[in-house]
Amino acid sequence: MAHVVTAAETLEDQLTQEHGFDDHFHEHHHGDKFQSNFLTTYIFSTDHKIIGRQFLITGIFWAFIGAAMSIVFRLQLGFPEADMAWLKPILGKWIQVDPNGIGKLDPEFYYSLVTMHGTILVFFVLTAGLSGTFSNILIPLQIGARDMASPLLNAFSYWFFFLAGVVLFLSLFLSTGPFSGGWTAYPPLSALPQASDGSGTGMTMWIVAMALFIVSALLGGINYITTVLNLRTKGMNLWRMPLTIWAFFVTAVLGVLSFPVLLSGALLLMFDRSMGTSFFLSEIVVGGEVLERIGGSPILFQHLFWFLGHPEVYIIILPSMGLVSEVLSVNARKPIFGYTAMVYSILAIGFLSFIVWAHHMFMAGVNPFISNFFVIFTLIIAVPSAVKVFNWIGTIYGSNFRFNSASLFAVGFVSMFISGGLTGIFLGNSAIDIQMHDTYFVVAHFHIVMGIAAFFGMFAGVYHWFPKMFGRFMNETLGKIHFWGTLVGAYAIFWPMHYTGLAGVPRRYYDGGASFDAFRHFGDLNKFITVAAVFVFFLQILFIVNFFYSIFSGRKVTVKNPWGANTLEWTTPIKAGHGNWPGNIPAVQRWPYDYGKDGEEFIPQYVPLKEGEHDHGGGH
Amino acid sequence: MTSLIVLLCIILIAIVMVQIGKVYELTTQIKGEEATMRDNSKWNGWLSLIFLVVFLIGVVWSAYSYKNVMLGFGPHESASEHGKTLDSIFNVTLFFTGIVFVLTHLALFYFAYQYRWQKGRKVKFIPHDNRLEVWWTAIPAVVMTFLVVRGLNAWNTVMADVTPDEDYIEIEATGQQFNWILRYPGPDGKIGTRNYKLTSPTNQLGIDFTDPKSWDDVVLPGGEFYLPEGKKVRVRIVAKDVLHNFDLPHFRVKMDAVPGMPTYFIFRPTTSTAEYRAQLRHYPEYNEPFDAAEPNGPKRWEKFDYELACAELCGKGHYSMRRVLKVVSQEEFDAWYKTQKSFYLTEIRGKEGDPNLQKTLDAEVRQRAAEFSENMKKAVEATDATAKTLPLNHINFETGSATLTADSKYELDNLVTALNTYPAINVEVAGHTDNVGDPAVNLQLSAARASSVVKYLVDRGISAGRLTAKGYGETKPLVPNDSPENQAKNRRTAFTILN
Repeated sequence: MAHVVTAAETLEDQLTQEHGFDDHFHEHHHGDKFQSNFLTTYIFSTDHKIIGRQFLITGIFWAFIGAAMSIVFRLQLGFPEADMAWLKPILGKWIQVDPNGIGKLDPEFYYSLVTMHGTILVFFVLTAGLSGTFSNILIPLQIGARDMASPLLNAFSYWFFFLAGVVLFLSLFLSTGPFSGGWTAYPPLSALPQASDGSGTGMTMWIVAMALFIVSALLGGINYITTVLNLRTKGMNLWRMPLTIWAFFVTAVLGVLSFPVLLSGALLLMFDRSMGTSFFLSEIVVGGEVLERIGGSPILFQHLFWFLGHPEVYIIILPSMGLVSEVLSVNARKPIFGYTAMVYSILAIGFLSFIVWAHHMFMAGVNPFISNFFVIFTLIIAVPSAVKVFNWIGTIYGSNFRFNSASLFAVGFVSMFISGGLTGIFLGNSAIDIQMHDTYFVVAHFHIVMGIAAFFGMFAGVYHWFPKMFGRFMNETLGKIHFWGTLVGAYAIFWPMHYTGLAGVPRRYYDGGASFDAFRHFGDLNKFITVAAVFVFFLQILFIVNFFYSIFSGRKVTVKNPWGANTLEWTTPIKAGHGNWPGNIPAVQRWPYDYGKDGEEFIPQYVPLKEGEHDHGGGH
Repeated sequence: MTSLIVLLCIILIAIVMVQIGKVYELTTQIKGEEATMRDNSKWNGWLSLIFLVVFLIGVVWSAYSYKNVMLGFGPHESASEHGKTLDSIFNVTLFFTGIVFVLTHLALFYFAYQYRWQKGRKVKFIPHDNRLEVWWTAIPAVVMTFLVVRGLNAWNTVMADVTPDEDYIEIEATGQQFNWILRYPGPDGKIGTRNYKLTSPTNQLGIDFTDPKSWDDVVLPGGEFYLPEGKKVRVRIVAKDVLHNFDLPHFRVKMDAVPGMPTYFIFRPTTSTAEYRAQLRHYPEYNEPFDAAEPNGPKRWEKFDYELACAELCGKGHYSMRRVLKVVSQEEFDAWYKTQKSFYLTEIRGKEGDPNLQKTLDAEVRQRAAEFSENMKKAVEATDATAKTLPLNHINFETGSATLTADSKYELDNLVTALNTYPAINVEVAGHTDNVGDPAVNLQLSAARASSVVKYLVDRGISAGRLTAKGYGETKPLVPNDSPENQAKNRRTAFTILN
């Protein structure tokens, strides 16, 4: 079907012509000399839309690897007696086959899988794959910019991420195995190759991969901040920015302020590993060998790590919050409830995320007095988080709610965020954390609140902006099967873990606690969790099939604004070239959430305010 | 081959799913957009409602089924004093979060159902509602304040260190790849100092044995360890190699072990192992056989024990650092404690690597005094002459002279005590040498040494009339002088009770 020009589009063209910003773009835009062939258009592109899609597809690749790893260790936990010899073609020597032909997963490799799963999902998928994708695609399009402030740095951001991935991927094939000391890489375990096989070359490559990744995150972040601050179109003041942009902006600020601290931690760890320094080491006897390392503190690394690590979880969840706010409002056909409160909540969460890091360390041996501050600030975060939840529910109230894959995942996000957020109130209270720390309760908490919830936000974003990215729709039926199955399946995986956690079962036990009488009576529950995990894993394969199938054969988009949304990305051509708008950049006249106002179903941002009409953006 | 079949099946399913998706897309085009949206709205609205009901019921049902693992319910009762406070904070938090969880989920999915898309439905244009927002900011803030205050009160009480005048027992737990080593202070109630550089295969903990506090310490590298019920315990937590975490789940105790930085956790066990077993007896799951392979064997509650685990990833054996803790009454604990041997005295003392080879330890002095008085009693009561002669084992002289070494006075003081205890006896103190050197010189030296001893005794107030000093030189060897060891045995001082 060819592009059908609607009446709204004609009006839009006219308004853009009248009010829009003329940067004489059309005069020198006869083909992009930097994007003349396949290689420069699709691989080494500087177009933010291509780079965003590169982040997304790379993220999907890593999500598949990371999820497949989790299936292997879930099989170990759910079916410890089962024969794993069938995995030998893939895992090789890490499956030890005994004389009876029964294959067993090597414990060292179990810990490698857990470590890689965490690293991949947290950094490669939910940071790069999520914020990298949507910040890239949406920031210039929604604020009305031709591209990022520095398209070249933006491309570097992707390629550093790609390199980080290559290094980490190669480390999977080391004879000593990839790093196995947990995604938090606490020394001394991570600093001493004598303490663990994975702490040898595997750890060196892990650090190199992280360093490359941090460079990528910083290049991206600086670009996003600069672009949001400097390249907004005429009329797009801060209080007219969609919540997506607010979320990406604060995310980028968090990343730029916190990732360098992790880099410094990683660097000092490198010195301890290879230059004989003792930043994190003191009085160590490993395997009978007395080390001449005195005066360092392993806790210092934990501080450096969590000074990034905690903002990191908001780097993961804030973009999802932004995407969900936008998707909910568009599909509710109703303004987001409490726009100003939403913005202030994002800012408050962003600020607080920097002063709560030691709540990961209540039981690490830090001064118990210090923990008082971290408990207080941690539980304060519950307030802006609660405000956001109430506002999302308030948005659905009294709406005309369109069910599609995107809006369903947005609703699922809110449910997951509630469930996982509430358990945070237990863990953030140091008194309760004494019992819960490092148990499956923690695993349940963070998987629901920043794993599943962030993924749901990402899915909502992918289904909603797929038409903008690829000019086609994803299949709705498969999308809905994907949603309902994943919603039920994800709860089936993680809800029972609360109970094992309450029983005190520690996380990161290769045998699931089989040698302890207190921990070994959850065999059926562990089987159930594993079956649910396999089920959810196959549903994600369905998503991947839908995604790639739809890129090439999905239903074509025939109008510029298929969802009836107000934001500027839907004023660009269906297949926008580098530069986004062929002519003038549209000017913004109002906030982005005029849905259902004055009997109009929606009023896009480029439509001027009527005589005496009130603009509902904040800051008035 | 199996993998190939599985792979083919997955591909086949994927194709089927895509086809289903396509079919629905085609029907959409046939039905028209509006009809599709109406059906879609109906289906997903109902699914929202069904999910809501099933989910909430599932949550309540699963929580009910697993109520026995919840803190403070049923068998999962805390076995320590502070644990009961923590459990109650947990339950208060569960109460508030439970309410929020149910209400927000009801609203979320019910509104999604209630306000599902319908053609021509008018939406409420509500960009914000300041009063509502103030309320739902204030209420969470008040609840959070309440939880924070309760939590921190408990936290600061639990984490406060002991004061010196408190009655408590301090033990030390050392984590290493992959086991825990426990150390008890011994009778002096104090744990000896450590220096990690002294770590060796015989001295796994790097205990500094020049510190007298370490001499009576008890080291338990494996097996069960005991704590008295009702007594405050301060666990000093140490790691040798990497991070570990001292985790006693039944006592709500958890603290990282950090190399180079000892940490601690203080708790008071309030339920003995036997009492906890008696509590568990009332729950059906604890009346299952302990070992499924032995249906008629002991039941789970009978075999229950408190367990020590590691809760901080420490390498590939992280999951296997189990130790059993027995909590018993103070009397049983004391009885057990008495049977435990000092690590230093049994494993290190007198062997290579003992830094105190040249010293006499207080414990040894006490032990020798006891032995001496025992032997003395027997000798006094004995009738035959040989049994009335006792060696003075721990008396030494400077080489080639009759000057007593400082350490000799302990043994001589024992003799003084004995002579005071038995005022009726007289003794002959005899000096003996080996056959090295000139016999005349030897005779003279032995006589001088015997006289030194007598002089010491007289200085301590024993009447000189009760004492005779005699030098025998090499004339009365105990054993033939045919080896250096035997010669050493023959160089001796002894005394004989004369009446």
